Amino acid sequence: MKKIVGYRRPHPGTQPAYNYPPYRSTQKRCPTQPLVLPPQTISEITGPIFGHGDVKPSDSDLTRQHKGEPIGERIVVTGRVLDENGRAVPDTLIEVWQANSSGRYPHRTDQHNAPLDPNFSGAGRTVTDAEGRYRFVTIRPGEYPWRNHHNAWRPAHIHFSLFGQAFLQRMVTQMYFPGDPLLPYDPMFTCIENEAARNRLVSVFDWESTVPEQALGYRFDIVLRGREETPLEKMP
Amino acid sequence: MSLFASGNQTVGPYLHIGLEWLTTRDIAGKGVKGERVAIAGRLIDGDGMGVSDGLIEIWQANAEGKYAHPEDTQKKPIEKGWRGFGRIPTDGKGGFRFTTIKPGRVPGPGGVLQAPHLVVTVFMRGMLRHLMTRIYFPDEAAANAEDPILKLVPAARRATLMPKKKGKTLEWNVALQGKNETVFFDY
Repeated sequence: MKKIVGYRRPHPGTQPAYNYPPYRSTQKRCPTQPLVLPPQTISEITGPIFGHGDVKPSDSDLTRQHKGEPIGERIVVTGRVLDENGRAVPDTLIEVWQANSSGRYPHRTDQHNAPLDPNFSGAGRTVTDAEGRYRFVTIRPGEYPWRNHHNAWRPAHIHFSLFGQAFLQRMVTQMYFPGDPLLPYDPMFTCIENEAARNRLVSVFDWESTVPEQALGYRFDIVLRGREETPLEKMP
Repeated sequence: MSLFASGNQTVGPYLHIGLEWLTTRDIAGKGVKGERVAIAGRLIDGDGMGVSDGLIEIWQANAEGKYAHPEDTQKKPIEKGWRGFGRIPTDGKGGFRFTTIKPGRVPGPGGVLQAPHLVVTVFMRGMLRHLMTRIYFPDEAAANAEDPILKLVPAARRATLMPKKKGKTLEWNVALQGKNETVFFDY
């Protein structure tokens, strides 16, 4: 086996803590003992490989999964998956899920009294192309209340799950919308200390992927952990 | 070029909507070589309550100790169709159960072989970024004793990575807090 070239440690302030009191549920679900920091091994720098055979083209259009069209504003979400070295992450699985346009999930535990939409399930998936690009068609999700604190509302968001090329690149994140007035009040958003890192989770309006007379485009690029540079061979 | 990675966010309470399609409770299909094992347990929060909105994922080598991944360049056989990935959402009481084969030993740091193990990721509402841990095997005492990763774990906490044999099942719980808090790794 070749020498293991590991993945970089996170840049300070760019990842949430496990214990973040403003998000109340973290209190009983965060480790209290220090995490153990082992060297990275072949078990972590490998990971499951999913390919184009694991998804259907229709999986990436959430507006075409039922007989009728879902209620709401159609949007196109595109972007690239890169690593910290700026290299594209090709052929990697992306899974998304979201509320419908009224802010309701078709889930047995979602008791919000907003209407369900029989034409919207809110789940999609796709695999990035050779340049790390992806594209989903969906409807803009609604905001919804939750019980974290008095008058708590989640900003509109889409959940993203990515595998990358190693188990150490595994990531679940959320995409937000530009100008959402709820963002500063949302502990999911504020849990990321570094402002630039926080704003990376906000998509940008994208005129070029906007489809005339059909759907607004939003661009959301995702950066996965990148490799340490290959150690230099011994100097002469 | 130097970017920093995007921030992780919680899967939230409705994770099943997006993630359930890939549920894999039987990691090793028919025709896969190796010793069959069933592993079951619960995800438990700081109040001792089962986490009903959680999910674990498993990544493992085959019985020969080879990963289905291009960076595993060991000259060892691998079954056609072997992936080595499991995804198991918890039930209403925080329980999970899956079957697989015990993996072989894979290379570790310093040229020392690692003991057979499964890599585990843990996701749930109330967790802003997933946790990673490992499952080792109680009947591998000799290999466990020389495992370079287990050696880094305080001896008193190693048992949290070791399932207990209960009949034909290996019982293994993930405790987020408390006396038997599971050891989590940060790579």
